[in-house]
Amino acid sequence: MLYRESGQYKTSYIADQAIFPIREDRIGMAIIGAIALAIPFFASDFFLNAIMTPFLILALAAIGLNILTGYAGQLSLGSGAFMGVGAYSCYKLTSIFPDVNIIILVMISGLFSAGIGVIFGLPSLRIKGLYLAVTTLAAQFFLEWCFIRIPWLYNYNASGAIEVPERRGFGDIILTGPSAPAMTQYFVVLGIVVVVTLAVKNIVRGRIGRQWMMIRDMDIAAELMGVRPLTAKLSAFAVSSYLCGVAGAMFIFFYLGAAEPSAFSITLSFQILFMVILGGLGSLVGSFFGAAFIWGLPIVLRAGFPALGIGIGAETVFHIATMIVGALIIVFLIVEPHGLARLWSLGKEKLRVWPFPYG
Amino acid sequence: MDVLYSVLVDPFVQMAEMPDFLLQVLWEGFVAGVLYALIALGFVLIYKASGVFNFAQGIMVVFAGLTLVGLHEKGVPAYLALILTIGVMGLLALAVERFVMRPLVNQPDIILLMSTIGLTYFLVGFGEFVFGGEPKQMITEELGLPTGSSAFEIGDGGLLILQHIDIAAAVIALIMVGVLAVFFNKTRIGRALRAVADDHQAALSVGISLNQIWAIVWFAAGIVALTTGIMWGARSDVSFALEIIAFKALPVLILGGFTSIPGAIVGGLIIGVGEKIGEIYWGPLVGGGIESWLAYMIALIFLLFRPQGLFGERIIERV
Repeated sequence: MLYRESGQYKTSYIADQAIFPIREDRIGMAIIGAIALAIPFFASDFFLNAIMTPFLILALAAIGLNILTGYAGQLSLGSGAFMGVGAYSCYKLTSIFPDVNIIILVMISGLFSAGIGVIFGLPSLRIKGLYLAVTTLAAQFFLEWCFIRIPWLYNYNASGAIEVPERRGFGDIILTGPSAPAMTQYFVVLGIVVVVTLAVKNIVRGRIGRQWMMIRDMDIAAELMGVRPLTAKLSAFAVSSYLCGVAGAMFIFFYLGAAEPSAFSITLSFQILFMVILGGLGSLVGSFFGAAFIWGLPIVLRAGFPALGIGIGAETVFHIATMIVGALIIVFLIVEPHGLARLWSLGKEKLRVWPFPYG
Repeated sequence: MDVLYSVLVDPFVQMAEMPDFLLQVLWEGFVAGVLYALIALGFVLIYKASGVFNFAQGIMVVFAGLTLVGLHEKGVPAYLALILTIGVMGLLALAVERFVMRPLVNQPDIILLMSTIGLTYFLVGFGEFVFGGEPKQMITEELGLPTGSSAFEIGDGGLLILQHIDIAAAVIALIMVGVLAVFFNKTRIGRALRAVADDHQAALSVGISLNQIWAIVWFAAGIVALTTGIMWGARSDVSFALEIIAFKALPVLILGGFTSIPGAIVGGLIIGVGEKIGEIYWGPLVGGGIESWLAYMIALIFLLFRPQGLFGERIIERV
């Protein structure tokens, strides 16, 4: 009886088209929102800095990849590099325009990433499936090479790394840099992620999103029905890279603080791909689940072994954690190939008919 | 004009001026290509028999090499260690078949691909846990592989230096391909393998055991991985950095097509030679280090003209 939509009549088109048409969903979202706002007042700085902020950022990156792979059906292994494009362009922008609010620059830096994403998306018009995945590797390695070999990108630093300068905004609040408080950074990231996610939700349930899904399900049939593959595929690449770029810029400016090119290596691309697959292809809420799982699991494992009183070296714990993550990924794929989002919707189905076994 | 000259003319002038150096570069590229082809061969074996794109092939190479060296460090004689390592790869094949492939039968390609990446993580963690993360020296001499090099004089005063281990690698790769070709075409199991590759259900219905075939094919890929590990380990050392090199096998596969063994060889050679030539003669123009992505770009350009690869079967799409 907790979760039931019977008796909730939609009397206007606006109500019918709402993102959360069911009252219980709206209540649930309000609770989640309240928790997200309350967390910083109860949690330690470590929890905010090392878990919540990167989780939100990576969830946004996972949403980005999910647009491309889950909604438009184009497998990509280059999302880490597109995050890098966002990070480096944000760094360049803030070096050139130090007075502009950093949040605006983060949002703009995604555009550069989107442009490069479109260029590397062009082969998708001819190449499909696993072949396309390998061509996105070209983007990954080429962009990584650019981050190392083009000194202009990191302002000719001797170290070759980028360091986030201190930036203030909204009056005199420190937003980035080493002395920025964890709570401010968390709220900024939360704000950006929520706004962008809502925008994306509206894109995927609109005309463009439906075109992506048609292309994914069968591109030739979609083309025959009047979807232009050129615009549909390239717009998917653009939106996906934009989100990855914004996530990458936030990853540097609000989480890492400084980065070497290796921060955006193929490992990061794989991590994001895992988040998408384990969370559920073609599901926004799944991207959050996947990010929480992939980001949280190693942390929990690393904290768990000493807590259980098993005295082993930090390195060994790290190796065992890698092993367990790998094994769990396989187990997960076997148990629920459609990802955590599927478990979520199954849970909702069960709740709907509860306490009866059948509805 | 200067730019055009340095891109279009100058590299060829350099090649013509020092033919011995060009030969050396070609040889280096050839050897690298043979090793790429060996890794690609492991991919092709598994892809042909199960339609699984095995990302773990790279880490299997590292794992096999590490097991061999690790066992030898524990005091096991070299040849016994080799046999034991083959046994370990067999066990790995059985385990993969039983715990990964069998429960995931009939799942979409991307899920199978992800499961092999999961397997990669597992093997990385396991390998580091058992053998430690430091690079190890391959036991080249103990295995009776040749070391040293010979130099040949070419033309007037030119020198071509060939490492013996490279020659051995090329010969062994050749033998390996020959054995695999005979195995695929002449033996009963090889025919069963090809039947499975064509159609899982049809193969099942004529009484071929899928599980058995998959275990065999993963074992064969493990043997190929061990060979690659020894050869590559002898050139540098055995470390987890090899895994990145394994990614180079992907453009090789793309060029050759996922299902073709000769394709893997030809693709490997094109990528190996193209990459070295590009790095040596064109790399300095943009600051060097282009080896890291040139292979993928070559593959990308090839794909734009032939989306199914050089030797892949023609893709026919039906709605």
